[in-house]
Amino acid sequence: MIEFQQVSKRYDSDHTALRNVNFLLKRGELAFLTGHSGAGKSTLLKLIMLMERPTAGRVIVGGQELNRMPRRQIPYIRRHIGVVFQNHQLLFDRTVFDNVAMPLEVTGVPSGDIGRRVRAALDKVGLLSKEKMNPMQLSGGEQQRVGIARAVVNKPPVLLADEPTGNLDPALSADIMHLFQQFSQVGVTVLIASHDIALIRHMGRRMLTLNQGLLTDGDAMPTGEVLYGG
Amino acid sequence: MAADSGKRTPQRGARQASQPWRQQFDSWLAHHRKVARDSNQRLWRAPVASLLTWLVIGVALALPAAMLVLLGSLQGVSAGWENAARVTVYLEETVTESRARELQQRLATQAGVSGVEFIHREQALAEFREASGLGEALDYLNDNPLPHTLLVTPQDGQRSAEAIDALVANIDGLADVARVQVDLGWLQRLNVLAELLGRAAWVLALMLAAAVVLVIGNTIRLAIENRRDEILVARLVGGTDAFVRRPFLYTGVWYGLGGGIVAFLLLQISAWWLSGPIDRLAALYRSNFSLSGLSMEGTLVLLLVAVALGWLGAWLAVKRHLDAIEPE
Ligand SMILES: Nc1ncnc2c1ncn2[C@@H]1O[C@H](COP(=O)(O)OP(=O)(O)OP(=O)(O)O)[C@@H](O)[C@H]1O
Ligand SMILES: [Mg+2]
Repeated sequence: MIEFQQVSKRYDSDHTALRNVNFLLKRGELAFLTGHSGAGKSTLLKLIMLMERPTAGRVIVGGQELNRMPRRQIPYIRRHIGVVFQNHQLLFDRTVFDNVAMPLEVTGVPSGDIGRRVRAALDKVGLLSKEKMNPMQLSGGEQQRVGIARAVVNKPPVLLADEPTGNLDPALSADIMHLFQQFSQVGVTVLIASHDIALIRHMGRRMLTLNQGLLTDGDAMPTGEVLYGG
Repeated sequence: MAADSGKRTPQRGARQASQPWRQQFDSWLAHHRKVARDSNQRLWRAPVASLLTWLVIGVALALPAAMLVLLGSLQGVSAGWENAARVTVYLEETVTESRARELQQRLATQAGVSGVEFIHREQALAEFREASGLGEALDYLNDNPLPHTLLVTPQDGQRSAEAIDALVANIDGLADVARVQVDLGWLQRLNVLAELLGRAAWVLALMLAAAVVLVIGNTIRLAIENRRDEILVARLVGGTDAFVRRPFLYTGVWYGLGGGIVAFLLLQISAWWLSGPIDRLAALYRSNFSLSGLSMEGTLVLLLVAVALGWLGAWLAVKRHLDAIEPE
């Protein structure tokens, strides 16, 4: 579903954020992306979202090569990718419902369907009762879940999350990870950038580790290193 | 939801393509309506700021529109005064009265001529004595220096500039005719003035239209800044350029339309307020001049131009400021 082939990303002439990164995520796979601060995690996710373009190599999402994608095609790619960011980018001038409805509005879903699908997504993250509230009135964890509902409301085949559990307490973090796990079980390819090594180990899923822009640990599932993370 | 998400994911594209176009179109239309309504409501949520913008646009549109309306009224005047168009034919000094009367008969039968008046040279001198006030000074002249004169009135349908030119050329070619003068008098001056005024109005209209575009463009630029977060999210979830621009283009249209309505009201009120004195003035000059307000078509054109300028201003702002906003 997501494939990187010898991808490099250089921001300035001297600074390289990603070097020669190769990996392949299959449909329904859930993987974590870890690494020190500045390792290039966010950059990697941005390449998938077409928020940045690679300096070299090929990025392939859903069988489509993104490199040569013209600008005006970008929105149509993004409609197939749900994103959750730590600064959840919710809009505080409208209700929770309207926030979650945005991805459906841009694709021109009939308004009758919008209500049904938004409520299904909110139900999934356990916030159905708060649809009429302003996101400002919600706790951090609830806001994070609204962001997740918005990311999955149009049932994208790919879900990306950048530090989705930052600032959340362990119980909430586990909850959110559990949500992601459920999505992957129904065929969504999920890639989560996170610092939370303990939680990642606990999940026992595939881990992509970046170090200075190099993918040092791409295929092995972490085993026997539980102590290190704990 | 999650359960069917898995099953449906692979057919996403196909499912959307198989959606009947009718439904696609309906939801597109519904979205336009929603955006139009939303952007309108937004303007009313800041009534003072919006009203000020509408006033600025209204005044800027009313000025050139008023000048054009005035010009239209002036053209009505010239149409009335073409009645007065007369051709004065000065005959050679050697022409005798009988020959002049002969010529009078001949001209009267010409096509395009409704009447010919003969003015004897002595009568002309008497009139001149009266009008000039030179009185006795003229008695020192040995001879009457004035020739016999014929006053030719063109027929009703023959008062266009071309027809009169043709008539003049025709008469000028006749024997015994010394000089032909078309007596349009102040009407001619008025026409020149009207032309000048017309050009000035268009220059003014162009400059003020540019001002309207700039005012709206700047207002939209601020609106874009205020809604930056919303634009970023819309782009992040796959909103196309057209989708992201739409609310701002509608906002521009609403600004333009509001300004057009203000301009219309300003024009009607001014026309109503000025009409009394103007009618009295016109009566003094025995003119048929009257200040007409905006016609139906005029109003329609004014509103259309206002809307077009609003849209253009918004489009320029969107081009410059919105396309640069990308999530990062
Ligand atoms: N827009 C940019 N312009 C220039 N350099 C950038 C830009 N974005 C990121 N970088 C650089 O690229 C490197 C990788 O950044 P990135 O944001 O991908 O790191 P990260 O792994 O997400 O870090 P963190 O865990 O702190 O979020 C960093 O050194 C950063 O300074
Ligand atoms: Mg980051």
